[in-house]
Amino acid sequence: MISYAMTILLDGVSFGMILFIISVGLTVTMGLMRVVNLAHGSFAMIGGYITAYMTQKGYDFYLTLAVAAVAAGLLGGLCEMTVYRPLYRKGELAQVLLTMGLVFISIAAINAIFGAFPYPVIMPKYLTELVDIGFRTYPAYRLFVLAVGGVIAAILWYVIEYTLLGARLRAAVDNQRMARAIGLNVNVLFTLTFMVGCGLAAVGGAIGAGMLSLEPIYALKYIVLFLIVVIVGGEGSFKGSFVAAIALGVIDTMGKYFIPEVATYMLYVAIFVLLLWRPQGLLPPKSAA
Amino acid sequence: MMATSEHSAPTGAAGLRNRFQTAWHVLPWLVAIVFFFVASGYLSLGTQIMIWILFAISLDLALGYAGIVTLGHAAFFGFGAYVAGILTVRATGDPLIGLLVATALTGLLGFVTGILTLHTKGVTFLMLTLAILSMIYEYANRAKALTGGDDGLQGMSLDPLFGRFEFNIFGHTAYIYTLVVLFLWFLIAWRVVHSPFGRSLDGIRQNPRRMRAIGTPVWLRLVAIYTLSAAMAGSAGALQAYATRFVGLSVLSLFTSGIVAVTLILGGTKRIYGAFIGVTIYFLVQDYTAKIDPHLWEFVIGGLLIAVVLFLEGGLMSLVDSARNGLARLFKRSNRT
Repeated sequence: MISYAMTILLDGVSFGMILFIISVGLTVTMGLMRVVNLAHGSFAMIGGYITAYMTQKGYDFYLTLAVAAVAAGLLGGLCEMTVYRPLYRKGELAQVLLTMGLVFISIAAINAIFGAFPYPVIMPKYLTELVDIGFRTYPAYRLFVLAVGGVIAAILWYVIEYTLLGARLRAAVDNQRMARAIGLNVNVLFTLTFMVGCGLAAVGGAIGAGMLSLEPIYALKYIVLFLIVVIVGGEGSFKGSFVAAIALGVIDTMGKYFIPEVATYMLYVAIFVLLLWRPQGLLPPKSAA
Repeated sequence: MMATSEHSAPTGAAGLRNRFQTAWHVLPWLVAIVFFFVASGYLSLGTQIMIWILFAISLDLALGYAGIVTLGHAAFFGFGAYVAGILTVRATGDPLIGLLVATALTGLLGFVTGILTLHTKGVTFLMLTLAILSMIYEYANRAKALTGGDDGLQGMSLDPLFGRFEFNIFGHTAYIYTLVVLFLWFLIAWRVVHSPFGRSLDGIRQNPRRMRAIGTPVWLRLVAIYTLSAAMAGSAGALQAYATRFVGLSVLSLFTSGIVAVTLILGGTKRIYGAFIGVTIYFLVQDYTAKIDPHLWEFVIGGLLIAVVLFLEGGLMSLVDSARNGLARLFKRSNRT
């Protein structure tokens, strides 16, 4: 019984880690820049495909992860400087539409290059095996995801809470005008965090390919999940999106184990009720509270 | 922009401008009727275009006029389609009763969800509409006995319209039926947006706080237009079910919400005719590019969308406007000399 519960917990938390790695960049975009970025899933998808392509060609898995992160980060930076920047002054409608346009283009591009069928990432052999974790054997892949997610979360937490960059970021999220007034270069901060966010999304898309399978419709299919993490956690709140991602992962997994018939449906009902109850999310940053 | 296009311009050009406008109003309907006689091989495409025009106008009411930024409009379209489809399979094949019931029930859905969500705004509202859409999608996916799940709803056999006009494979009846329903809804929409009620929506879009301060019941107005918009989208969905005699899960996807927004923005919001232009161009582009490469159209539409947001905020209709104003100015100058 306990081992059963532990299995569900591990499955849920590892899925939640993937959601967190991918969504954390989106929480910055929405909290700091106030942009509803529907195209965030596209960066995760592109990262995933780069890794999948390169691992299929026989390159080292970790090398390809780095390449995917850098490539998606650079692409993100380019997009931020060209198409996102004019959006900061426009309303939600323009933001939704333009980023939807980016989603269409990314779907078409992936379709044209890689075809419409799911495209697998070739993991190193030791990640495809089962390992003994005391009470049962468990996929090494899931443990790897847990470890990577934990490390990334810890690094982010340290950077945001204890470094100058983190302090600037928090200041800009809480009160952008004041941050500008005391001389912070918020524009550079925007571009930088956007690039890092896209890079992380790419890593998440790549190592999460075992749970969120790579296909052209990825960019549209999972964006609702990523948005839910951000909104439920509170836009711009790192702690919030971590908690929300893990909770979402666990609840979703539990639902699939116990009530597979209505799980996804109930999940959306729960989100709906939660948003009506707390429109700002669970742990909103100071500016929104 | 509104003022120049809808109120008569300064004297001189006014008469000319009015004549322009009358011709303008007749044009789309004339095209639709002529199309029926000359392009009988393309009737299903024509029907599809009209259905989506209706859908896009419904979005224009909520999004364009009242400023309700939603991503969940496909929920109403899909709900209407499923209601009409399920009624046809289970209860009655009468396309009139089915359309009315689908419209009414979708309106009710819009009313209930509107009451629950319209006090929120911005991203929260966006997410609520997404949650509703996903909820209905998942329900339709799960309730296989009722909806057919991901195989889609099949086996719709329609009775002849008024007991006389068969829905045949050539799509004559579907085309005319859709045209008439579109025209009726168009009249309603036109009347609504040019009424004091429509004007107050304009105000609410621009500044809800000020509208509340001068005594407008903002929330009630929004619920009202949202309900109307939902009912209209439900009609479009029902027509879609009748035209194809099939309802698939894709009517409830985020993609559908996206496409309808694309068509509306492409044509231009807040003008009703924007939907006509946007949808027509969208389907022509899709039809043309899909022949070259099945994914080229996504690429083209995505590019168009970005271009419109960045460079052409009023949509294609604003180009028509400036062309028309340019012409009128030209005539005015030549009259003077």
